[in-house]
Amino acid sequence: MEVAIIKYNAGNIYSVSYALKRLGIEATITADPELLHKADKVIFPGVGEAQTTMDYLKKHKLDTIIKDLKQPVLGICLGMQLMCRHSEEGDAECLGIFDTEVKRFIPQKHEDKVPHMGWNTITNVKEGLFNTQLENQFVYFVHSFYVPINDFTAATTEYIHPFSASLHKDNFYATQFHPEKSGQIGEVILHNFLNL
Amino acid sequence: MLAKRIVPCLDIKDGKTVKGVNFVNFRDAGDPVELGAQYSREGADELVYLDITASHEGRKTFTELVRKVAANISIPFTVGGGINELKDVDRLLSAGADKVSINSAALRNPKLIEEIAKNFGSQVCVVAIDANFEDNNWICYLNGGRIPTDKHLFQWASEAESLGAGEILFTSMTHDGVKTGYANEALATLADNLHIPVIASGGAGNMEHFRDAFIAGKADAALAASVFHFGEIGIRDLKQYLLKEGVNVRI
Repeated sequence: MEVAIIKYNAGNIYSVSYALKRLGIEATITADPELLHKADKVIFPGVGEAQTTMDYLKKHKLDTIIKDLKQPVLGICLGMQLMCRHSEEGDAECLGIFDTEVKRFIPQKHEDKVPHMGWNTITNVKEGLFNTQLENQFVYFVHSFYVPINDFTAATTEYIHPFSASLHKDNFYATQFHPEKSGQIGEVILHNFLNL
Repeated sequence: MLAKRIVPCLDIKDGKTVKGVNFVNFRDAGDPVELGAQYSREGADELVYLDITASHEGRKTFTELVRKVAANISIPFTVGGGINELKDVDRLLSAGADKVSINSAALRNPKLIEEIAKNFGSQVCVVAIDANFEDNNWICYLNGGRIPTDKHLFQWASEAESLGAGEILFTSMTHDGVKTGYANEALATLADNLHIPVIASGGAGNMEHFRDAFIAGKADAALAASVFHFGEIGIRDLKQYLLKEGVNVRI
């Protein structure tokens, strides 16, 4: 199986490729349109700032390439947020694959720290990336912006309020958490994606 | 609900785990990757690798180790020791570390916190503070607790937060190695003052100490070394205990 990881100016790309290697997959890290189009699976990872990253994607025409992909695509963390319509981070117009907003966490009490960082549980998990055994399991998050619950929500997490831990629409899948850093549970989720 | 984190810390010298007298249950206690993987399997939420080598050669060995840890371990890990400038941070993050911990370099040059936050994001920047309780004040120390400064813990922690620190790792020198519990009062004050997570360090001797750090000390994470290395506390047992005591942990 050919797995491509989209190469752009984001950190943490190598963590994803290491995680795939642990599953026996040697992924290609690339921004080459041809390689991205012909891969069986594409992963869109990301740690960074929304507006800066969108500018970079547009400049390298990766925005249209990602939207046109027909094989299963997995957006991770910032990757998921950039697949939405708009982000409050830098007031960024994003890819619009998921017709929903990305909002900043607003603490409601002193204990509400932002970023939401650490292990939290996923609930109401949907078929696709998840199976019923993954209900209430812990995964690893690091983020200051969130996607509200919407029609595409494929898993829910509660921090300050419920938000989308995962999204799904057609061939596009996304997680706000980092499956590549979520131990055995993360491996199951990556494995499920590779088996789509 | 967001879980409280248990964080084993491994001291590394020349690419090897500094051994204690009794590393039980570990096939090769000297291998930091093997040890980290073992902790991860037992349920550790994060790992800290602290490079205590001073030489230039040792630094290269450590970077190589960071790469191996990233390739083999599927939970987040922080690296610290000998980070003085932005290019050290870049080198360690590029090797696969999730966060870096800075201590003396931040005290000497607080702007480093700002630079790390701006270039890599606050979430990678852990500011470690070694402080000792003396004459009714928590005094911050440099160079692994050898040189006192004129900074006070609470003032410095707030300054670090405003400069862009993502977490504060507070080691009480007063409690470190004594095994009578964490500095819960100071931890609670930090939690009340700050809007970023606080990692408790120094003083863990039994399971109750972890519970107290989380409940009385309001800590977000608790770090320990010897109680895990010497097998005095198993991480799996610790988490079962904490859950029973009403602390939300990942099982």
